[in-house]
Amino acid sequence: MHPSPLLKVAGLYKNFGGVQAIHDLSFDLARGELLGLIGPNGSGKTTAVNLITGFVKPTEGNIIYNGQNISGLPPYKIIRMGIARTFQMVKPFYQLPAYKNMIIPLYSPRVKKRVGGKYGDRDAVALDLLEEVGFERDAFVAYKSASVLPQGYLKRLELAKAIALQPDLIILDELFSGLSLAEVASIVPIIEKLRLEGKTIIMIEHRLKELFRIADRIIVLNYGEKIAEGFSNEVMESDAVKKAYLGAEA
Amino acid sequence: MRNAQLNSTDSKHRRKERIDRGIKARSSDIFALSSWREMLYLAAPRCIPIVGCLMLPLVLGIYWQKVLLSVAVFALLAISWDILEQSGMISLGQALFFGMGAYTAGVFNHYFGWPPFLTIPFASILGGLISTVILLPVLRLRGIYFSMVTLIIPLMLVRIVEATRIFGGTEGLSGITPLPSKWLELYLIVGALLGALFGFRRMMGSDYGLVLKAIRDNDRSVMNAGINVYWFKAQALFIASAIGAFAGAFMTHVYMFVGMPVFALDYSILPIAAAVVGGPGTLAGATLGAFILVPLSEILRGIGGLRIVIYGLFLVVFIVALPEGIFHYIQRKYHQFERWVEV
Repeated sequence: MHPSPLLKVAGLYKNFGGVQAIHDLSFDLARGELLGLIGPNGSGKTTAVNLITGFVKPTEGNIIYNGQNISGLPPYKIIRMGIARTFQMVKPFYQLPAYKNMIIPLYSPRVKKRVGGKYGDRDAVALDLLEEVGFERDAFVAYKSASVLPQGYLKRLELAKAIALQPDLIILDELFSGLSLAEVASIVPIIEKLRLEGKTIIMIEHRLKELFRIADRIIVLNYGEKIAEGFSNEVMESDAVKKAYLGAEA
Repeated sequence: MRNAQLNSTDSKHRRKERIDRGIKARSSDIFALSSWREMLYLAAPRCIPIVGCLMLPLVLGIYWQKVLLSVAVFALLAISWDILEQSGMISLGQALFFGMGAYTAGVFNHYFGWPPFLTIPFASILGGLISTVILLPVLRLRGIYFSMVTLIIPLMLVRIVEATRIFGGTEGLSGITPLPSKWLELYLIVGALLGALFGFRRMMGSDYGLVLKAIRDNDRSVMNAGINVYWFKAQALFIASAIGAFAGAFMTHVYMFVGMPVFALDYSILPIAAAVVGGPGTLAGATLGAFILVPLSEILRGIGGLRIVIYGLFLVVFIVALPEGIFHYIQRKYHQFERWVEV
């Protein structure tokens, strides 16, 4: 394993007006690690992701990625460095067919040259990538407009768009939410495959059972603060976590 | 019962099938052609407008030739509007592009004596660049906020010309060199229109065009692909303003005059009406709209005072009866053409 962490978050603060969304958040992420980020609703998980990917500018603190300080950079620069994310609320291009949705990440300067630019080249790569996340090749799903796809396929499309960027760090924001048990079960192997390829992954999840099975380490947030960190069974035993999830009397 | 009957006479059983179902393989841009008739089915919608546009100057009288110039200019402005619209920028100020091109061509011809063959391409680029730079600071605005700024800027420029008296002030610049012949005028603008229509349709259908369309759909998601949204929007803005500036520069040499009217509201509003009536999002619809609305307004010229009322009524009828736009309607019907096939 590489000695230096891939991602280092140090003393991160974010205030929205008077609300402290993130309060003194610090953590390291080693290469190839799968980190689970959990916490009650409104605890700042998505804000943390938005800060790392540049969609929101931090009030204070540093985010070091691959030895470079990326805090405050615009999202497109950060993403070109090799961080890809999915959105909790899926953001497909509704007027385009699913496989044409994939053209946009494939047009990214990060992968544009590697994919080639002749007419139809990207379409073929798009269909390959979609097959990887479970769009059956011989069915018509990949050619259907994103506006008529069910949630399960939209989540897969979101994942495929992140994978298309050939990132080193993938941040999955509640990928499993809104999916059935069977759908989750079919996506888990895709994530495990990404790990085998050496990708570093951060997962925000409410589906703890599935997360604990695959995560190396868990960080628990509450009111923007890190209240626990460790293996899955350890964090759930912590008093602070029990209090945050179950209320003060637990 | 009916099936049984059909099966019993199955040696000559035929049914109707949509032509495009036989041709299109899965998606709308992969075709499987198997006969010259299918080829014709695909080629006709492209060939008819090309041949039609090239024939028009030959069959029209002098008056209607002038109308054709105006149709082509408004069609170009409508295409320019449509490109912006497809990239998520609703512009209410095509007059800015038109006027910038018109003044640039006029100034370089009047003060420096450049011939039209230099001023027109030069004004398209420079006029496009100036308009883009003017709108660059508001590129981050979305929806109605962007629209309002585009509406105001040409109106402001008129007052600036009036107050500072630059470039002839309210008098404008006259005595601009005309193009050498009427036929050159006609075929230059018709050629430019056809080139813009098919060229930019192809561009919007390419991967580059997909990125522009995706920005309208969801710009955060495009950012999330590591793409600099503002850079792409600026490019779309430059393309659209260069088209508008070309139309303006061309008209300066046709009228042999450039003045404050080039920033008039007509050049902003009529292209939008054309694109909406024709059907936005295809460029062809915008062109079709201009080919309907501009001659319509000429025909109504005889009516006098009520002209604008009747014109307005036409617009309302078009928009209420065919909200999708005429082009989308025709396209849908064309795709639904059926042929008999043996089963």
